[in-house]
Amino acid sequence: MGFLSATLSMSRYHILDTFDTEPMEQVRNGLIQHAIPKMENEYEEISAGWTPFESPYLPDFDQFSFIFGSYFLFSLRIDKKSIPAKLVHKHMAIEIEKKKADSGRDFISKNEKSEIKETIMDVLMHKMPSIPNVYDVLWDYEAKTLFLLTTQKAANEFFETLFFKSFHLKPVRLFPYTLVETKSAFSSTQKDRILTLTPLHFSR
Amino acid sequence: MLDIATAYNKYSFLGNEFLTWLWFMVETGQDITQAIESRDPVSLDIGNSLVLENSLGDNAREKITIKGDQAGLEEGTTALKKGAKVTEMNLICKLGPEEEYHFTLKGDSFNITGLKTPAAAGDGSDDEIEGRIIEKALLLFRITQVIDTLFFTFLKQRTADDWKHKGFDPMRTWIYND
Repeated sequence: MGFLSATLSMSRYHILDTFDTEPMEQVRNGLIQHAIPKMENEYEEISAGWTPFESPYLPDFDQFSFIFGSYFLFSLRIDKKSIPAKLVHKHMAIEIEKKKADSGRDFISKNEKSEIKETIMDVLMHKMPSIPNVYDVLWDYEAKTLFLLTTQKAANEFFETLFFKSFHLKPVRLFPYTLVETKSAFSSTQKDRILTLTPLHFSR
Repeated sequence: MLDIATAYNKYSFLGNEFLTWLWFMVETGQDITQAIESRDPVSLDIGNSLVLENSLGDNAREKITIKGDQAGLEEGTTALKKGAKVTEMNLICKLGPEEEYHFTLKGDSFNITGLKTPAAAGDGSDDEIEGRIIEKALLLFRITQVIDTLFFTFLKQRTADDWKHKGFDPMRTWIYND
């Protein structure tokens, strides 16, 4: 469980807006509606969805809670199929030789190679199991603050899209500018002063 | 608010300057507790890595990485003299007498990596999982609050009328060891 690991990495978000009513129900509904499917879809290269923190491989939000004290804690699971290039290379070599033998020619065209590659990719994609990656999400709803326990760009992008789709609330990544805009107590005059700053130069 | 991608690039220098300021605060023995007006004692130390970057023009960049538990940071100040910025820094933060956090903070994204918090209590049984989660959450929120308070303190100083006299000049003196 990443969240309880001795060492962790995280990116931070400010959540714009709040729900009009019953946040817990709304979160529950969003998690259930966009939970990762229990059965793997053999035709999908990537699938992503929510899963309970305590049960990353059995996405059942009726059995496992996402509420811990005043926090919401759940996980984003991204299942991805990836086909090693060397495996494609091997199957290409075999199929090309087979095609040459069948046709009686000692060469095959560029188009034929493309078709072979497409077929091989299809077959391997269906056979290949997805590799799951799980990233925990800690959300303090009252504080409008959320931690995603990864700093991988691709996972951040999946998270932002899925979060908005699930809850209709916009997650804003926290970095110097957004921290000032969303989390500071600076007045608008102070913010203006900050936003007109230019980089320091210490060199002589 | 500005467009997020534009703002990210335009103001990433504030995060890098903040890390440089933290380094200055630590090296010159400034009182962090007093600086952020904390009720509980807060202390900072530079950990085992520091990364600086220097723009060489034409999108070329020079990257200086200093790593190791006993690493000297002289190369870092030399890089600062040449115009480099601190882009990543490993820090040790002590809150109160017992809480110690180790982490690396990136200046542009404020991403936190390699974060080690004090151990959450409990024996690891399922019954205690909720308690452990809440405790861990509190620790994460506590350390990010300290980081944010430090950042806002830096910005307050950076935009103050006496910044040149009280902030810039002492930092430059430290860099050049005048």
